[in-house]
Amino acid sequence: MLKKGHGVDMKKIKAVFLKQAKDTMKNKTILIQFVMFPMLAVVMEKFVSIEGMEEHFFVRMFSAMYIGMAPLISMSAVLSEEKEVCTLKMLLMSDVKPIEYLLGTGSCIWAACMTGACVFGVVGEYEGKEFLSFLLIMAVGTAASLLIGAAIGTWSRNQMMAASLGVPAMLFFSMLPMLSMFNEKIGRIAQFTYSEQIRLLINGLGQQTAGFESVMILILNIFAAFGCFALAYRRCGLA
Amino acid sequence: MQEKILLEDIIQRFGKKEALKGITLHVKSGEIFGLLGPSGAGKTTIIKIMTGQLRPDQGSALIDGMAADRMTGTVYRRIGMMMDTPGLYARLSCYDNLKLFARLYEIPESRIREVLQKVGLTEAAGRPVDKLSKGMKGRLALARAVMNEPDILFLDEPTSGLDPATTGQIHELILEEQAKGTTVFLTTHNMAEAEKLCGHIALLCEGSIVEEGGPQEICRRYNHRKRIRIRLYDGRNLEIGCGKETECDEKTAEVIKEYLKQGMVETIHSTEPNLETVFLELTGRKLD
Repeated sequence: MLKKGHGVDMKKIKAVFLKQAKDTMKNKTILIQFVMFPMLAVVMEKFVSIEGMEEHFFVRMFSAMYIGMAPLISMSAVLSEEKEVCTLKMLLMSDVKPIEYLLGTGSCIWAACMTGACVFGVVGEYEGKEFLSFLLIMAVGTAASLLIGAAIGTWSRNQMMAASLGVPAMLFFSMLPMLSMFNEKIGRIAQFTYSEQIRLLINGLGQQTAGFESVMILILNIFAAFGCFALAYRRCGLA
Repeated sequence: MQEKILLEDIIQRFGKKEALKGITLHVKSGEIFGLLGPSGAGKTTIIKIMTGQLRPDQGSALIDGMAADRMTGTVYRRIGMMMDTPGLYARLSCYDNLKLFARLYEIPESRIREVLQKVGLTEAAGRPVDKLSKGMKGRLALARAVMNEPDILFLDEPTSGLDPATTGQIHELILEEQAKGTTVFLTTHNMAEAEKLCGHIALLCEGSIVEEGGPQEICRRYNHRKRIRIRLYDGRNLEIGCGKETECDEKTAEVIKEYLKQGMVETIHSTEPNLETVFLELTGRKLD
């Protein structure tokens, strides 16, 4: 129920965005998702130096892990919390369409993640076109992760269910890029995930090696994530 | 008076259980309509159907002439709701909670202060919702429900679990809304609340309406004993009159007149039942 038309009202999206921004600033468990990896990258890049290690190794690794974790966990947590405490129901009964809610909340989380991405970009010393390419890769990866988070949040009745579904998904997508660096077999599986492709694309920055294959895998991942979300929405609705 | 809410032969099943068994209700414009029933009777299910959260298996629900399950934004903007769970953002302040809805309804921000004052939460405007008492949360939810000056107000157990002082404040607010012409549909299992607020009530038990009418009218309808209870200053409690025939009533009047003349009457009451007793008589169950 509570299904409505498809036209979107920017004022409502803005209202939901501003609410989410304020709420996120007061929600430490969500806030830490956005801060942890960028901060780790700053600290590790500044204080850890191992002989033979690639330049900006930590930025490359943590940015891929960040994409696999922060948007996914945040989106699923926010959505499931809103469902559990019935705030989402109140929004939908106040003439907010599901798409307006998802765009408002999703864009807020996306913006928070992109702030973190900027930190990675600065620490990684990307400049000019490279910096913009880095942000574009991060933006696409965040979108894929957000869709998976939205699917989990929509599927879950409450926060506990969202955590029990979200944590394994987050571990899978955020750990694979790191494990694939040390294990070839894992790498063969990981290559089909967006987070691994994000890592490869970031590694290829400045080397003109961003392949067609990576882009295709990213697009397929986004379609698959959207499919999961559509399935969850069809089965459970938003509230 | 025009009918604002119209439910016709609503049937709602959850699995094999029939939660609503052919509910028909007509709520007139500007009245406070109370749906009374014990927990599990189907009150919240009816509110959910009326607010478009649930599509009934059978029957039709019209809100201001529009099918409840097809309500558009225009209709949603003209209704206010206070549901069984307040649906407030716990980390945000009272003001910020209302600000979100002011933005959605495109209401000027000055209205936020106005409604906060109305519900007595001006001092707590900046306080996060999770630091509020249950009564304050209830008042905030009501503030949100009336913020857009709705034509129809749905209140699901608005005073459930609240202290008498907060309950009184909420009652005053509901009556104020009615005075402005708002149609109020409220569910409750509190018969005193229904008697105080409602012009029309329906008694709901196990998914069926067992009685409907004005609260006093219903009580009079079930006044089988028709006796007068008198307490005299000498401590005696008397019950007189049979009410079956005119002769008998005249005799009763004479007796009472005599006691009054002698200045012996401390209290005098008729013996019509209250809603609780009527409900008990009709269903064999208590309202709580």
